[in-house]
Amino acid sequence: MGAAVLQRQFESVLQWQVRPAPELVRTGVSEIDTAIGGLPRGSLTEIFGPASSGRTSLLVSILAAATERQEICALVDTEDSFDSASAEAAGVRLDRLLWIRCAHHAEHALKATDLLTQGGGFGLVAMDLGDTPPRTARRISLTSWFRLRRAVENTPTVLVAVARQSNAKTCASLMLECSRERVTWSGGTPLLRGVRVRVARRKPVREVSASFQATAVE
Amino acid sequence: MFASLHGSGNLRALAFEFSPIVEQTAPDTVTLDASGLERLFGPVQDIAAALMRRAAETGIHANLALAANPDAAICAARGFRGVSILPQGDEAKFLASLPLQLLQPSPELQETLERWGIRRLQDLAALPQLGIAERLGPEGLRLRLLARGEIERKLAALEDPPRFEDELELDYPVDLLEPLAFVLSRLLTGLTTRLATRGLATDELRLQLKLENRGIHERTLRLPVPSLDQRAFLKLLQLDLAAHSPAAPVEHVHLEANPVKPRAAQSGLYVPVAPEPVKLELTLARIKAFVGEEQVGSPELLNTHCPNSFRMGWSPACPAPAGRMPAPRLTIRIFRPPRSAQVAFDSGRPSFVIAEGIRGRVLEFAGPWRTSGDWWTADPWERDEWDIALSDGALYRIYCAPPGWFVEGSYD
Repeated sequence: MGAAVLQRQFESVLQWQVRPAPELVRTGVSEIDTAIGGLPRGSLTEIFGPASSGRTSLLVSILAAATERQEICALVDTEDSFDSASAEAAGVRLDRLLWIRCAHHAEHALKATDLLTQGGGFGLVAMDLGDTPPRTARRISLTSWFRLRRAVENTPTVLVAVARQSNAKTCASLMLECSRERVTWSGGTPLLRGVRVRVARRKPVREVSASFQATAVE
Repeated sequence: MFASLHGSGNLRALAFEFSPIVEQTAPDTVTLDASGLERLFGPVQDIAAALMRRAAETGIHANLALAANPDAAICAARGFRGVSILPQGDEAKFLASLPLQLLQPSPELQETLERWGIRRLQDLAALPQLGIAERLGPEGLRLRLLARGEIERKLAALEDPPRFEDELELDYPVDLLEPLAFVLSRLLTGLTTRLATRGLATDELRLQLKLENRGIHERTLRLPVPSLDQRAFLKLLQLDLAAHSPAAPVEHVHLEANPVKPRAAQSGLYVPVAPEPVKLELTLARIKAFVGEEQVGSPELLNTHCPNSFRMGWSPACPAPAGRMPAPRLTIRIFRPPRSAQVAFDSGRPSFVIAEGIRGRVLEFAGPWRTSGDWWTADPWERDEWDIALSDGALYRIYCAPPGWFVEGSYD
């Protein structure tokens, strides 16, 4: 009788805890939302790719979708490269965006992201390491990424990191790799019309990809 | 139950921390209605202990007396040192040994009583009521009742103090922030308690530090919403003083809180998440401490065509109806400051670009797009812009403006 009770108690404690699937939010790009379902809340999403691969356009679309949901968003801008005019044109409500300009200090960016995620209450916190040299970005330890991931776990915050290459490794729940498919020039006098961006999901393992057009002019 | 404090220091502020009904009996005496305090502090001894503890914390030296009527408490506070608790019904016995001058009779009455050999309260209390009425009139009767501790009256209550302020003269100048934090914490405790007693909060704290070099260091801390979070206030003041430290050691601290009604808000089930305002203010102050004050905020575009024109501010807007989401836009990453470049031309077209971290042959280009503005001001601008695709695989925006060529950013 006693053994049976003990077995029941131990089994209830030691059994594998099944985590509920996280809530997914829209990225603002319908093609990506259809392919991957959206970005998970309470998790770290990594967006990476080379320069001019459409990472920032995707990030700005994510910010636009979040501010449209009336959420307060924070952008930790390591290289001070955010262009508020093109963000507003992309639909970002600037009055709901907290912009932290770290003036080329990756350590400051990491510290600021940590403080923001610990403070809580943001719908989206984005750390932009897009122009940070890969050597500097790689210096951010896995422990720091793990700490960030833990800080947003079980919260409604979507944590997004943008970089040239993947840095968070196992700490990221979703990895999206951006690549440029083609650039569209048009007109008699050439005009940059837009960029076709391909987004491939690298994690979870089952590969899914989608492409979207980021337009420069209407 | 009434309590009377007789001594020096900000007795009025102390009294208001414990009761909303306070009488300024004399410049050195205040009396407060202590009814109901037993529910907060327990027996009368504990009420007295709490009052004396708070007096010691705020640097007040005063005698304290608690009695069933205000005048008995006032007499005891003026007559006895330390804490006196007058048992109800035995006030006359308790006050018996006190001198007659304590009742502050008129000079004529005092002379008469002295001629009669009445020098202590017990002597006056023992006189017959009828005889006093016949010989000394109503003033004599009032003095007799005071001596017996039997007079009943209501307190002439003060209006709520319009200003919530506290100050502290330091024994020696303080030049480190850490010891100053202890002083600030003490002042904040008093102010927040007094505000809470009246159901108020504050949205602005004004700190004035008198310095050893006779200078004055003033800081004002504005909060986005009224609050009473003492720990947050202290941390905000610490961060502010760390960023704007006084020029000399501090000798005197004065802290004032702006009283306002607390925020009454109830969040709904479907209201989107938002950071708690005071907590966010604290987080922003912490971030500003290492990235700089001007580097944190919300960008606000200026009404000009000049590229990259914005100013920083921060006041989250109220939720507004959602608009239509535009299609994804190609965004530019700005290089701040713009990178100085060397551009080679071939038949009037850019053919090669070299800048810091950028080097490549121009594969495609669009431009030039000529823009100018503010020519009617002292700070005009003009530029020729080109969008280029380089052989390094990236798309850039370059421009020519005095004094040369620059790479403004990369499309991403």
